[in-house]
Amino acid sequence: MSDVMIEARDLTKLYPGAGKPVTAVSKVSFEVRKGEVVGLLGPNGAGKTTTMKILTCFIAPTTGTAKVNGADVWDDPMGVRAAIGYLPESTPLYTEMMVYEYLQWVARMRGLVGERASQRIKIAIEQTGLGDVIAKEIRALSKGYRQRVGIAQALVHEPPILILDEPMSGLDPNQALEIRDLIKTIGKERTVILSTHNLAEVQASCNRVLIIAKGKIVADDTPDGLRDTAGRRRFVTSVLNGDGSKVREAFGRISGVDRVKQLAGAPGDELRFEIVPAKDQDLRPEIFKAAVDGGFVLVELVTEGQNLENVFRDLTTGDPKRAKAKAKAKAKAEKEPEPEEAPEEEKAEEAAEEPDELDEPAGDDGDDDEKEGA
Amino acid sequence: MKNTLAIARRQFASYFNGPVAYIVLCAVLVIFGFLFWRFFFLYQVASVRQMVVWMPVMLIVAAPALTMGLLAEEKRTGTIELLLTMPVRDAEVILGKFLGVLGLYAVLLVLTIPYPVSVASLGNLDNGPVMTAYLGLFLTGAAMLAIGLMFSSFTTNQIVAFFSGGFICFFLWLLDKILPFLPSGVVGDVAEYLAVGSHLEDMARGVVDTRDIVYFLSITGFALMLGFRGLESRRWR
Repeated sequence: MSDVMIEARDLTKLYPGAGKPVTAVSKVSFEVRKGEVVGLLGPNGAGKTTTMKILTCFIAPTTGTAKVNGADVWDDPMGVRAAIGYLPESTPLYTEMMVYEYLQWVARMRGLVGERASQRIKIAIEQTGLGDVIAKEIRALSKGYRQRVGIAQALVHEPPILILDEPMSGLDPNQALEIRDLIKTIGKERTVILSTHNLAEVQASCNRVLIIAKGKIVADDTPDGLRDTAGRRRFVTSVLNGDGSKVREAFGRISGVDRVKQLAGAPGDELRFEIVPAKDQDLRPEIFKAAVDGGFVLVELVTEGQNLENVFRDLTTGDPKRAKAKAKAKAKAEKEPEPEEAPEEEKAEEAAEEPDELDEPAGDDGDDDEKEGA
Repeated sequence: MKNTLAIARRQFASYFNGPVAYIVLCAVLVIFGFLFWRFFFLYQVASVRQMVVWMPVMLIVAAPALTMGLLAEEKRTGTIELLLTMPVRDAEVILGKFLGVLGLYAVLLVLTIPYPVSVASLGNLDNGPVMTAYLGLFLTGAAMLAIGLMFSSFTTNQIVAFFSGGFICFFLWLLDKILPFLPSGVVGDVAEYLAVGSHLEDMARGVVDTRDIVYFLSITGFALMLGFRGLESRRWR
């Protein structure tokens, strides 16, 4: 038997919409091998949950098929379900039941009885750290504990595959960290697919990322690999008392500059710009020279490495094909180690400037705003 | 089958975690208590006639009330997703839910037994018709609960499920009451056949006719079948 645990082939799902059907996922194909922890990453509405619902046989794909642990979702849904432990989005549990009682019920539904059932329940409780609350009603538990109950119920029957839909959403940072560690531990012995729109989660707990946007897979790599692929430095510089458009023009004239963008939220009289080189090269001397020539007072000049957030934004907004091509082209370009010295503050500002991009990738050309002033 | 029973048991137990079961049980028992004794003292007759007349009326409200949440609520909260991704068939889920609520109804019927028993100790109760009446009431309940369950599988809204189920149950109850106003012939015959009352009355008289049994079982089976289809339809939509 091969070590391919999940094999999705051209999964397409159309939901009936007003008038014409809405495509939730379109020709999605991927493979997950034994022992991988795969993060399904994408903006809201990208098709993550639909993909998971198909893999768990909750819904049927419109076309295409998938094999889970060797069982086909069309021919052997019971085999698929038996091989999977599933935590749906927002952790729906029978809240009127007590934790232990609930796990007992799940074990029975999973065909575990007697001594074996109690043993498995015990192990699941230990793994998820539920020992203190087994006699409490689920509705009395905090979100973090509920999430653990959800994971425990997915673990009870020792499934080779775990599918977790947004396991860390709605948790406070401490709880998220606990769940993250838990997933890491589980991932050592099982194959895990988790979905999220949070990049930090993926970086922390996954060894492979599938980025999905508008129902299509736009990237499939390790978190580090993705960052390397898109590894292009950008420079952030601040100028005192300048005229915004003049400065932008001056920087735009530097040879090798792809685009210049003014960033909002600079303190006092400072104007802050982001300068992206066309290919990976150090433009700092040229930027300094341009500032001197133009008579601007340069007070800050930093190199910012491409981070996952930018990769994600590039890939999930605009035309996925072009984003993919871009990523490939970048991969061919020479690479240097990328210093991560950009202050956190600036990334936040960047995000604040384009609040719509993450939420509404549809119809956005993606490059429109980047061209400004170039 | 094991899964069906596990679902049924969980469902049955969960009724006692919420108010609906208690309200229905109390209401039905209090009303029957009143009817029984009034009938006994006023008319000096010991029979279960009152139950046969009034149980279907109460079921018009009670059956949808007990069944409205069975699937609609699971769909609303999302627990259905966990349930249906376990290695169970949709049919087992429907059957399990049905057996769970049928169990509660059986408990209700059992709790009413003290009434005829105490009446029997004071007066002259004919045992045969009482037993067949109970069988008839059980089957009536099964049919109406199946109808309620069917509507619960069609919607995510409990209120919608309640009123749709209640309406159909009311319709089945009403049919033989309005027979005089219906044109005789085919329409009248069909209405009489479809009416719950015409079959239940037979059984209350102590006659167990296969046709009556078939009537109740086919309504139950048909409703469960449609409920199953409703649950299954999620896969294609």
